[in-house]
Amino acid sequence: MNDMFKMVLVLALLTSISGGVLAGVRSLTMDRIEYQQLKFQKEPVIRSILADAENDPMTDRFKIKDGDVAHTIFPAKIGDQKIVTLEAFGKGFSGPVGLLVAFDLDNDTIIGSGVTISTETPGFGSKAKEDPSFVAQLEGTSIDQVASVKKDGGEIDAISGATITSRGVCVAVNEATAIYKRLKPELSKSMDNLGSEGGTD
Amino acid sequence: MAKTLTQEFVKGLWEEIPPFKLVLGLCPVLAVTRSVENGIGMGIATTFVLVCSNMLISMLRNIIPQKIRIACFITIIATFVTVVEFLMQAYTYPLYLKLGIFIPLIVVNCIVLGRAEAFACKNDVAHSLADGLGIGLGFTLSLAVLGTFREVLGAGTFLGHSVFGDVFQPFTFMVEAPGAFIGLGILLCLMNIASSK
Repeated sequence: MNDMFKMVLVLALLTSISGGVLAGVRSLTMDRIEYQQLKFQKEPVIRSILADAENDPMTDRFKIKDGDVAHTIFPAKIGDQKIVTLEAFGKGFSGPVGLLVAFDLDNDTIIGSGVTISTETPGFGSKAKEDPSFVAQLEGTSIDQVASVKKDGGEIDAISGATITSRGVCVAVNEATAIYKRLKPELSKSMDNLGSEGGTD
Repeated sequence: MAKTLTQEFVKGLWEEIPPFKLVLGLCPVLAVTRSVENGIGMGIATTFVLVCSNMLISMLRNIIPQKIRIACFITIIATFVTVVEFLMQAYTYPLYLKLGIFIPLIVVNCIVLGRAEAFACKNDVAHSLADGLGIGLGFTLSLAVLGTFREVLGAGTFLGHSVFGDVFQPFTFMVEAPGAFIGLGILLCLMNIASSK
């Protein structure tokens, strides 16, 4: 019995210390990791969907509170178009799939999107990130439209062999649209501010 | 304890060099040695885990009950691996993306658990440190050598710099999976010839 007690005690102590250490390291590295992800994952996607932007969406980024979470918004101006880009997540085959979606603020349409994080199977699900023709299907759709794959009665052609990943992307788009709808008043306000700042320099 | 600290350290570099002599931890050896940079990065990450877990397990060797030692070792190893994962994400993000799944898989790398079970839980902290450092550097060295072999032949580059110029036709087979097995086999063969003389 004594032996049993010692085993339970040692293992419980060990795992709780380990949990504490990990929580500590995580909170120490969190900001730095966020910065790295911004630089290496989001920047290439932002640059490709907002290639024509007249401002720099990376330096102009700002955060908007949506309940408990803060969303990072990448704003862009292309001619008269005011564009806001935000990231949402869906569940893929082997983890979360991150998707950056750019919305035109005046027409309420999606003008572009790109996959940021994906740990999907190389050669199948990974095509969501590598093959631009898949996310290109979302371009130009209105925010009132719910994205879903053809198998589920929707409009989107799933990637062959990767229905789950394709569904994950659809979930991410719908999530992004929902966030956009919720935050629209604040987004418009922030974009007006951005415009006036741009006018002064 | 007959061996000195130096002997414990040096044995990891040739006599018990992990992938070749102990033939342990082959999964990452085969998978990440596509390039020298990946090999060295993986080697250093594993060395860090190995040294830390060896020391901690050695410190706790009289506290950990015999019956649940494996569970305790895995907890300790997994903690250090997760720390490494956070640190790599924070400071060497591109390398982290390339090594991907193989970083968390250090948890099940049999070298780390092997050293814990065979060495750290029976020896004092200083010797365990020397053992971890030696085996870790030996592992890094092996990955670097195999990575060099594959990258130079398979892509014609070393650490991303071209070696032969434009005339060289890369032997792409070497950076693919079968090339890893053949490369490992050839190196193992050369090492056996060298040590049998």
